[in-house]
Amino acid sequence: MPEARSITYGEAIREALDDAMASDESVFLMGEDIGVYGGAFGVTTGLLEKYGEDRVRDTPISEIGIVGIAVGAALVGMRPVAEMQFSDFTANAMDQLCNQAAKLHFMYGGKAQVPLVLRAPTGSGTGAAAQHSQSIESWLANVPGLKIVMPSNAADAKGLLTAAIADPNPVVFLEHKLLYKTKGEVRNESYGGGLGRAAVAHEGRDISIVCWSAMVSKALAAAGSLKDQGIDAEVIDVRTLRPLDRSTIIGSVSKTGRLLVVHESPLTGGFGGEIAATVTESDAFDFLEAPVKRLAGLETPIPYNPELEKGVVPQEEDIVKAAVEIMTG
Amino acid sequence: MGDVGQLNRAEAIELLTTMWTIRRFEEAVDDLFARGLLHGTMHLSIGQEASATGAIAALDQGDYITSTHRGHGHCIAKGADVTLMLAELLGKESGYCRGRGGSMHIADLDAGNLGANGIVAGSIPIAAGAALALKQRGSDRVVVCFFGDGAANEGAFHEALNMAAIWKLPVIFICENNHYGMSMAWTKAVAIDRLSRRADAYGFPGVTIDGNDVIAVKEEAGRAVERARSGEGPTLIECLTYRHKGHSKSDQNLYRTREEIKEWRDKDPTQRFARVAIDAGLFDAATADRIAEEAKHTISRAIEEARSGPDPTLVGIENETYA
Repeated sequence: MPEARSITYGEAIREALDDAMASDESVFLMGEDIGVYGGAFGVTTGLLEKYGEDRVRDTPISEIGIVGIAVGAALVGMRPVAEMQFSDFTANAMDQLCNQAAKLHFMYGGKAQVPLVLRAPTGSGTGAAAQHSQSIESWLANVPGLKIVMPSNAADAKGLLTAAIADPNPVVFLEHKLLYKTKGEVRNESYGGGLGRAAVAHEGRDISIVCWSAMVSKALAAAGSLKDQGIDAEVIDVRTLRPLDRSTIIGSVSKTGRLLVVHESPLTGGFGGEIAATVTESDAFDFLEAPVKRLAGLETPIPYNPELEKGVVPQEEDIVKAAVEIMTG
Repeated sequence: MGDVGQLNRAEAIELLTTMWTIRRFEEAVDDLFARGLLHGTMHLSIGQEASATGAIAALDQGDYITSTHRGHGHCIAKGADVTLMLAELLGKESGYCRGRGGSMHIADLDAGNLGANGIVAGSIPIAAGAALALKQRGSDRVVVCFFGDGAANEGAFHEALNMAAIWKLPVIFICENNHYGMSMAWTKAVAIDRLSRRADAYGFPGVTIDGNDVIAVKEEAGRAVERARSGEGPTLIECLTYRHKGHSKSDQNLYRTREEIKEWRDKDPTQRFARVAIDAGLFDAATADRIAEEAKHTISRAIEEARSGPDPTLVGIENETYA
């Protein structure tokens, strides 16, 4: 068994990029300031020196161009990994992502493939305010043709990015900024396996907490506090919103009889509604011992003041409180 | 007119045949629509055949194109099978896109047609991306990117042309200026006298030509293709042309005059080219007439075959979204 190493989420992403570029000439990176600068969050540091300007391609500040050029390159057989400097900027590139990348395979009758990955730092917690902090997964989750991946830890960041690059479809890979410096055990062996499997991050019998991205570590911490109160919480890390591993979620709730969905993006129209509906439309409904609950971001843009910023997205204590309420009815 | 002397008989016959095939195709689908045999909408390029035909005549097999919502001509000029195109317009399983795409979304990847696009300017960055891939792989293939005057005012145009310029990508931007973005006259949509002047701002050559002159288009595109193949980067060619028909099937033609339409009908690219080629002795009038007539029969036969194709079903359709 190869040895596990403790590396950061950001390093894990870099390793996945490095491995993919080393093994496949058609993989190349493009984005704003990804070369000498190493990307806004330093993820691509060192790759320019190793692979050169053609394969670690700095672009002008042109998000339509970045995604559109990735689409065109993918159509003729390349595997571009494009970076949005902040996921918020994806708004600039929505046509190329949602009307082009997502649709071409279907719209052209199955002959075209668009194997691109769009990496984007997402989420709040850095004091960057409303236009550099939001969570965009719910915008994109309603677009058939896209895959949406949101890793919560270093091992998944490496494994899921490797799978995303190998996938023949457009994959949006949302990296939470607060996770970049978090460390985790990553094995040296190559990662594989497709996208679309949720993980049971922590087993429990009393309540299922379903979440993704930065909410997973908060839910795990909450599970620790809940244990002290005699509540045995199970934490499900969804990992990929599209395709969604419904059976793992349904199986967990069938076992625990209670569901709390937690996400950072606002409640209304958020992906938590999809998870809740998945459970209530399934056989797990018969096992429910309490109403399902969604704990999500407040209905605001992300504010600047650090206390306000923290206050508008779920924190560990909010998760504990919500879980206790569900348990005590 | 461009220099007819550069054409041999076979080339001249091919140009005229392509233009007439496009014309007959579009006349036929216009008729099918009028008779209620074709649903949805479509955008006809009748009157604009020279830009598609001339630009693609400058390409080799293995080169690529991207196309637009008004893309039947590009598709045919790039060698598409008109039966498969008609089947697609009829929504048949046997169509190019199995009836999933329709008129605005025909792609023929095997022939190097990376697809028509329903989003104005949507295919401009895609063309640049394909060109980037070709350059990165060390290929000498090039991409011709068609778009209209309306697309030149989209942000995607700006970003893609700038990126094509800084990386010297092997792409030829063909702006088919047919004078209207739906109903808005192009002269009202910009404050400059030629769209090709935009190229100056990006640092590559731009030229405006008579887009109804198939020889001139082929010549100019040929120079741009040469430039792209030799690594010198993109060119913007503005082809001044005109669509005889409305924007789409809902157009009442309220924004232009009968006189203007007639003036452009007199500059019809098929007949203009035929006259010049006949005068130059490349073929005789009877040959020109025969080409126009044969194209009609080709399309009629294709319609019969396409109409007999199977209709698609919903079975398994959700499995088609992902590769």
